[in-house]
Amino acid sequence: MHHVASTKISSLHILRSHFVVIFSLLLITACGQQGNQQTPIAGDQLSGKLNITGSSTIAPLAAELAKRLEDKNPQLRINVQTGGSSRGLADIRQGISDIGMVSRKLNARENDVRSHLLAKDGVSIIVNNNNPIFSLSVEQIKSIYRGETKNWKMLNGVDKKITVITKAEGRSTLTVFLNFFELKNTSIIPDIVIGDNEQGVKLVSRNPDAIAYVSIGTAEYNIKAGTPIKTLPLNGVEATTENLATGKFPLSRELNLVTKDPPSPLAQAFIDFTRSDEAKTIIRNFGFVPVK
Amino acid sequence: MKQKRLFGILVLFLLNKDKLLLISLRVLTGISVASLLFIVFYLIKETLPIFQTTSSLKFFTDESWHPLSGEYLLLPMIIGSLLIMIGAMLFSVPVGIFAAILSQFYAPVWFARPLQRIVEILSGIPSVIFGFLGIVVIVPLLAQFEAPGTSVLAGILVLSFIVLPNIVLISTNTLSQIDPVYINNAMSLGLSRYAIIRHIILPQSKSGLFTGIVLQSGRAIGETLAVLMVCGNVVQIPGSIFEPVRTLTSNIALEMAYAMDEHRSALFLSGLLLMLVVLAIVLIAEKLSPAETIT
Repeated sequence: MHHVASTKISSLHILRSHFVVIFSLLLITACGQQGNQQTPIAGDQLSGKLNITGSSTIAPLAAELAKRLEDKNPQLRINVQTGGSSRGLADIRQGISDIGMVSRKLNARENDVRSHLLAKDGVSIIVNNNNPIFSLSVEQIKSIYRGETKNWKMLNGVDKKITVITKAEGRSTLTVFLNFFELKNTSIIPDIVIGDNEQGVKLVSRNPDAIAYVSIGTAEYNIKAGTPIKTLPLNGVEATTENLATGKFPLSRELNLVTKDPPSPLAQAFIDFTRSDEAKTIIRNFGFVPVK
Repeated sequence: MKQKRLFGILVLFLLNKDKLLLISLRVLTGISVASLLFIVFYLIKETLPIFQTTSSLKFFTDESWHPLSGEYLLLPMIIGSLLIMIGAMLFSVPVGIFAAILSQFYAPVWFARPLQRIVEILSGIPSVIFGFLGIVVIVPLLAQFEAPGTSVLAGILVLSFIVLPNIVLISTNTLSQIDPVYINNAMSLGLSRYAIIRHIILPQSKSGLFTGIVLQSGRAIGETLAVLMVCGNVVQIPGSIFEPVRTLTSNIALEMAYAMDEHRSALFLSGLLLMLVVLAIVLIAEKLSPAETIT
């Protein structure tokens, strides 16, 4: 008899096992709906609550900067949440957050908010260390991603099929990549679609025939750590953070903080902190290039 | 006065342990049912915006999945989820049941005990570890046969490793619950060990085993991270098991953090579809569920 009962129970159990996925959906929606409070700055100490939302590229950096500022100001609470650049912008417009994180340059139509350049980030093309190719032209890369060049042999490499790795729709690295190469996402024919930079690095380091594009910071960090990958130069410019800082490397993007115009005193205080020498060290540690 | 009397009634009522149990059971059941209803309601509510601009046919007839360009083909992901789940079950169910029979009826204690412990430990390993193992070991191994290795097969293998320990545990548990009277009687009749297992133990355990399998297939289809790491995540109906595929769960995990408006709504639809697929599995399983053979 008890077997019959357990069959009934099993249906509920299975539904429950999906609560994880579904609850995470709920949580994501619940996030980013915080109100904003402002408390004036008392004396030298900052106090009150600051909400920062937006790009997941900037979020880890912003969270680290926020922690440092909180340590200096015990009365200050800074809340950093991700949700993408578009959400960062939307939250500022709706007054939900105090600072938005947007990992691209604002366009001319977005002049209703004020942007503050935080740092620059570059996107670099990476291949495995064992790949004999040392440089590819813009046209060659376009042709690889459009599925026209299918074999490394066509590029004077080894006779192996190219494993094309691209990013999932909505990622800002993808947007930067598409804009620079003037590609449409619908015309890309990938072999692997990835989420974050680390996943790309891991796959390329294990696959001698793969090509991917990741943030220069992530690539440089992994190369220093001994991961068997290398970056390819673009238009003859090496993909390094130095070339990014001088503006020579073409495939780059701005990491911006946006606020309403004018920013609240607390938001301004945070932005001032991001320009300090201490903050610049942190920005460099994340593989980004601080503004001059 | 009136308040005092009400209070007295309440105390008397609460002292009745049966009533107390009944009330708390009702409340707890109510909470679990309500949370399920809330989730379904919420999923449907978040999915609605996409139906206002897009006909539901598009999810099955569009060119591809490019939500930012208004293309919402979900069919390959439904197929992908089912394919990987069924593949993993085809591999791990026979292996799991045979391992359970071995440890329960054939293996000596010095072998069966450690085996049981190892399986228990394996079942506790977080699936992301298996995913990592997939990237480091299975994908490069498969790449030697056919590049790039991230494929349906990689997903099936990783998922098999995740569900296998649980299938062994559930099967062992079911097999051990058989009334020893049956086994003793059969043995005294001089039946061989094979005959006992084939004609007495397996028919007796059928329903329990079936329940365990359904339970695990639900878990398998909901697995997200490990599958995302090894499947390649290209939205297509795979032509072979060496081609990449994207599951409904991977789709949500890959894109949710960056999705806005209709894109986001389409991802909620992926979640809703996943729930419907699981519901369908449960309903089909209950229809097919073998009846008790001996009672």
